[in-house]
Amino acid sequence: MTKDWGRKDLLGLEGLGAAEIEALLDEAASFQESPPKNVLAGRTVAFLFSEASTRTRSSFEEAALRLGAEPLSFSAAGSSLAKGETMLDTMKNLEAIGVTHFVVRHERSGVLEDLAPKVAASVVNAGDGWHEHPTQALLDLLTLRELWGGFKGKRVVILGDIRHSRVARSNLFALKKLGAKVTFCGPTPLVPDAFAAIGAQVEHDVEKALKGADAVNVLRLQLERMEQGFVTSLADYALSYQLTQARAALMKPDAPVLHPGPMNRGVEIASEVADGPRSLILKQVSNGVFVRMAVLAACDRGRTAHV
Amino acid sequence: MSERLLIAGGTVVDPARGVEAARDVLIEDGKIRDVAAGLSKKPALKGVETVDADGLWVIPGLVDMHVHLREPGREGDETIATGTAAAARGGVTTVLAMANTEPVTDNPSQLGFLRAKAAADAKINVLFAGAVTFGQKGERLSEFARLKAAGAAALSDDGRPVMHAGLFRRALECAKDLGLVVIDHCEDLTLSNGACVHEGPAALRKGLKGAPWAAETVQVMRDIALAELTGARVHLAHLSAAASVFAVRDAKRRGIQITAEACPHHFVLSDEMIPGYDADWKMNPPLRSHADRAALIEGLADGTIDAIATDHAPHGCGAKSQGMDLAPFGVIGLETSLAASLTELYHKKALTRRELVARACAAPAAILGLKNKGTLAPGADADVTLVDPDAAWTPAPPFASKSRNTPFAGRKLKGRVARTLFAGRTVHAL
Repeated sequence: MTKDWGRKDLLGLEGLGAAEIEALLDEAASFQESPPKNVLAGRTVAFLFSEASTRTRSSFEEAALRLGAEPLSFSAAGSSLAKGETMLDTMKNLEAIGVTHFVVRHERSGVLEDLAPKVAASVVNAGDGWHEHPTQALLDLLTLRELWGGFKGKRVVILGDIRHSRVARSNLFALKKLGAKVTFCGPTPLVPDAFAAIGAQVEHDVEKALKGADAVNVLRLQLERMEQGFVTSLADYALSYQLTQARAALMKPDAPVLHPGPMNRGVEIASEVADGPRSLILKQVSNGVFVRMAVLAACDRGRTAHV
Repeated sequence: MSERLLIAGGTVVDPARGVEAARDVLIEDGKIRDVAAGLSKKPALKGVETVDADGLWVIPGLVDMHVHLREPGREGDETIATGTAAAARGGVTTVLAMANTEPVTDNPSQLGFLRAKAAADAKINVLFAGAVTFGQKGERLSEFARLKAAGAAALSDDGRPVMHAGLFRRALECAKDLGLVVIDHCEDLTLSNGACVHEGPAALRKGLKGAPWAAETVQVMRDIALAELTGARVHLAHLSAAASVFAVRDAKRRGIQITAEACPHHFVLSDEMIPGYDADWKMNPPLRSHADRAALIEGLADGTIDAIATDHAPHGCGAKSQGMDLAPFGVIGLETSLAASLTELYHKKALTRRELVARACAAPAAILGLKNKGTLAPGADADVTLVDPDAAWTPAPPFASKSRNTPFAGRKLKGRVARTLFAGRTVHAL
């Protein structure tokens, strides 16, 4: 059980200390071994998703169920939000109904930093704009930690559309705190050199980036990036940056391949790599449930400590 | 019987005349009558109402050539009455109100309405810019001659750039024939592309869309070329980027008729100082890097940047509480402009007292062709600001402005306006 967690919310990993991150990972790992029962009995978790999600949402719902909480489903379309109610009013109303946890995905960066302090319920960020996706990064870290035991001296390549990626940012913040190095790799429009100023190594040559790396996390290339002029074509992108078997082989032997999904097979990742022996992609998904259980439980302790 | 007032015991700083010394100022019927030492001891002036300026600077009222008063159309955020009250509190006695009202001030009848409204409501002198293009759409030039006849003091589509270079060239040529200055908001919209902050590490860390400095500089360089081509007078609004300062410095060396202004928020604050996603720190152009800020201060020091202007842009709390990406651009600045400038430029010894007063008063008056403003020369309008240069204070609501969107709220400043006189009458006193 986590001892040093006093927060009611998890909005991002940038503001957490290494010990707090390790504690969440420890708790997730303990849930894998002995599933807790009814830790969140009597709690109600509302899911506010204004952006599409399959994996993250199902994973959070499953996590809430396994902890004994009641999930309250909510769709932005057809809700009061669509009628112009502010997000804060929606949350306050749901809180009055009895919601104790909000799991929120929003298309705008930073939107929760203003909202979370204004409600008594726990707020868990399930992805805000390009900013953070803390539980995705935590499940990536749990998956890597199972393999490595720790992060000191490791180098993780994050390959793809970093500019628009909340997964990349959360991974960068957390991996750095735990002692790993992070290389951002992709074309300059998607991986501006200024990322070096916030602690990443930036490398535009995929072979150089992967050589000797301890792991690679491949990001989805959203198809609209081509129309927006960030990449010249999907075929061009695949030619220069697709994680092929030959490129994966440049990493250390057995260095794993991660992908937060959903994958564009044949664009950012070759199918034989996605389905190959290095791939931990499905392991990430199962770890996601335990990580989210740990986060919901920890925030509940923080919330009740505040009351 | 004439109305007389004596300002006694202060230090007059009037860069337009090279005066920087202990002087008394005699005002008569709203004009400066005399500036000399020992006036208060003259028997002939015995019994004249006297303002004690002991320990204060006595400077010309500030000329802020870039404000938004929101009238007509957005009177909930600001009016001529409240905006000029804010100006008075900041020691500002002349403002140039921009044309991006709702509807846009692009026709003589609206200018006439606004000037009448200002005559009734304003606490200080309000000048109005006419729009360069109808509706500020950047498509068709508005009627410059009729706008001038109706009292337009300058032409500007501020709030939006005139992106069409060919149209802007014709605008400069027509304005030149009329002797009007054209003020351009330099921003290449294809480069800024809907961004809400400066493109740099802070934006990358927060996952916000950033506009590169080049979005400004590309158009600054275009404007310099068109000013050279046409010989017209172009004034560049709110410079924010180091490369823009370098371009203007080079253009001035080559004798091109270009002038420029900088805003206190741009030379005091930088992008990495923005707390979280606080939209009271959002304006266009955005707060840029520390290096850009340093270049603006150098530009102000060597005169590359002629004027200090606020780009006072009131927005209500509701609009500003939408978050960094959705909130409208703009911050208020009239009440803190001189104090922020003193804190950053004078007390940190980047500019002398005389240089600072020149950028705030004489230079903008000269750009706008105002002969009786920006100086305390005998015969000039008695617009006078008394400054306590060492007073420490912290701006906080309530403000005289209807809005409170300012990053200077809660920030310690050194130097404060003690009294503002407009046409010889006190319009603000601490």
